[in-house]
Amino acid sequence: MIEVIGRDDPGAPPLEGRPLPDVDNVSAVYWAAAASGELLFQECPSCGHRQFYPRAMCAACGGTTDWRQASGRGTVHTYTVIRQNWAMPFRELQPYVVAMIELEEGPRMMTNVTDVEIDHVHIGMPVECYVVEVEPGLGLPFWRPAGREREPGGM
Amino acid sequence: MTSASSRRSPVIVGTGLSDHPVAPDLDAVQHHVLAMQRALADCGIDKREIDGYMCAGGGPSGVDSAVNMAEYLQIDHRWIDSTMTGGSAFEFYVQHASAAIRDGHCDTVLITYGSDLLSKQGRMLGTRGFQGSGERIPGPLQYESPYGNVLVGAYAMAARRHMHEFGTTSEQLAEIAVAVRSHAQLNPGARYRSPLSVDDVVNSRMIADPLHMYDCCAITDGGGAIILTTAERARDLRKPPVHVLGSAGAQTHWNISQMGDYTRSAAATSGPAALAQAGVKPADIDTVQIYDSFTITVLMILEDLGFCLKGEGGSFVEDGRLRLGGDLPLNTDGGGLSAVHPGMRGIFLLIEATRQLRGEAGEAQVPNCEIAAAVGSGGWLSCIGAVVLGKESP
Repeated sequence: MIEVIGRDDPGAPPLEGRPLPDVDNVSAVYWAAAASGELLFQECPSCGHRQFYPRAMCAACGGTTDWRQASGRGTVHTYTVIRQNWAMPFRELQPYVVAMIELEEGPRMMTNVTDVEIDHVHIGMPVECYVVEVEPGLGLPFWRPAGREREPGGM
Repeated sequence: MTSASSRRSPVIVGTGLSDHPVAPDLDAVQHHVLAMQRALADCGIDKREIDGYMCAGGGPSGVDSAVNMAEYLQIDHRWIDSTMTGGSAFEFYVQHASAAIRDGHCDTVLITYGSDLLSKQGRMLGTRGFQGSGERIPGPLQYESPYGNVLVGAYAMAARRHMHEFGTTSEQLAEIAVAVRSHAQLNPGARYRSPLSVDDVVNSRMIADPLHMYDCCAITDGGGAIILTTAERARDLRKPPVHVLGSAGAQTHWNISQMGDYTRSAAATSGPAALAQAGVKPADIDTVQIYDSFTITVLMILEDLGFCLKGEGGSFVEDGRLRLGGDLPLNTDGGGLSAVHPGMRGIFLLIEATRQLRGEAGEAQVPNCEIAAAVGSGGWLSCIGAVVLGKESP
């Protein structure tokens, strides 16, 4: 299970004002699972393709996918440090890290890497997932450096 | 030039630019109009002769949508296309228009573009985020928007990965901005014309690591128009035609989180396809006009087109190769990085390539310019359209 914390938890990144998902039939499964500590991706039973974001079909063969549960372990595939975003609430959070995380299982997802000094983030960095329940039944995954003490910094 | 197929082979006969880089008295529609008027004057074609129209404005209700603009400009078209691949739409238009002209769906196609981005919205396209505070975001962006990425950040993630895999440096990326600036210094209509050095670029403010301020394009007002017709119709027009030798498009993803290989764009497909259709090799290209939204865009597309191997773009761009006088002058009007970038730059690439092939580029003229490539990138390195133009017929 992935650690799930509330939005008012002292360990949660600032959430006020962030754009949030307009949940649809497919994404409803994903966001609800995240809120209960399960990080989901999809796998195609016929061709074996794995994907994220979730779709109503396999992006490779067009078949119908199954949900799979990810371990919540991954590495930084690439990243940037946003130092200029005029939009609230991010204007007040910069600089912060936006990264593509490659799941241990293969698919990639965008996130913020939190609880880390920005200069310590690098490609290949092992990270682990945690979820903030931003509203009942909607969990937003974030990632932080794996298996060590949290560092002050980041968002 | 006698067979039926060569009589209908597509050519560019007219181009026009509206006013740039700052035009506070023009709105987007007026940019379309002014550019069209100048393109018509450039070739001498009567507006009533146009029977095909292409425009990449917003949805059908937008003031400069294809259908609204066709009405406003009163283009009685029998063929219309509003394909929207972002800033590369205009390279895709050349591909689509070429097929339509060859097949006889229409004879004379007008493409227009106009934008009052700078005067209306300021300079925040790349750094304002895509959504307002607290918005609910549908579709694929619902998985990205909560994390506060910006347009520059998307390209920055590609640049970071390129540096990681191939050792590309900020100084090498900076050379692209420096080369383009040296060309902007020759263009009175360029947004930024003061001298720029590699040191200036790498010491400029970081916007989204590893991209500095001078790795990012300008924001301007501006517009452009292009008229294409058949080689046969072009014979008695004002200027010699520029021939469409090859054109191709491809897409690898739309949203940046779905880019499979952050070091390789769809130009790896569309570039070689356009070159093959034209029957030319990268070494045959005399000047290249590449959508320089960011320095990394140019570096990756140069590699993907085959000017050098994947990963060797950094050393390829060093030593002034991309400057006038070098082997492969880039963005000879000063590019989006320094001259004109009203949000979607693709049409300016084609207009500048045409100017070079006509020998009308003045101080920025590439000597003996016979073959030029225009390569547009739309979205987040997502949709790449490649066009090869020539002074002589294929």
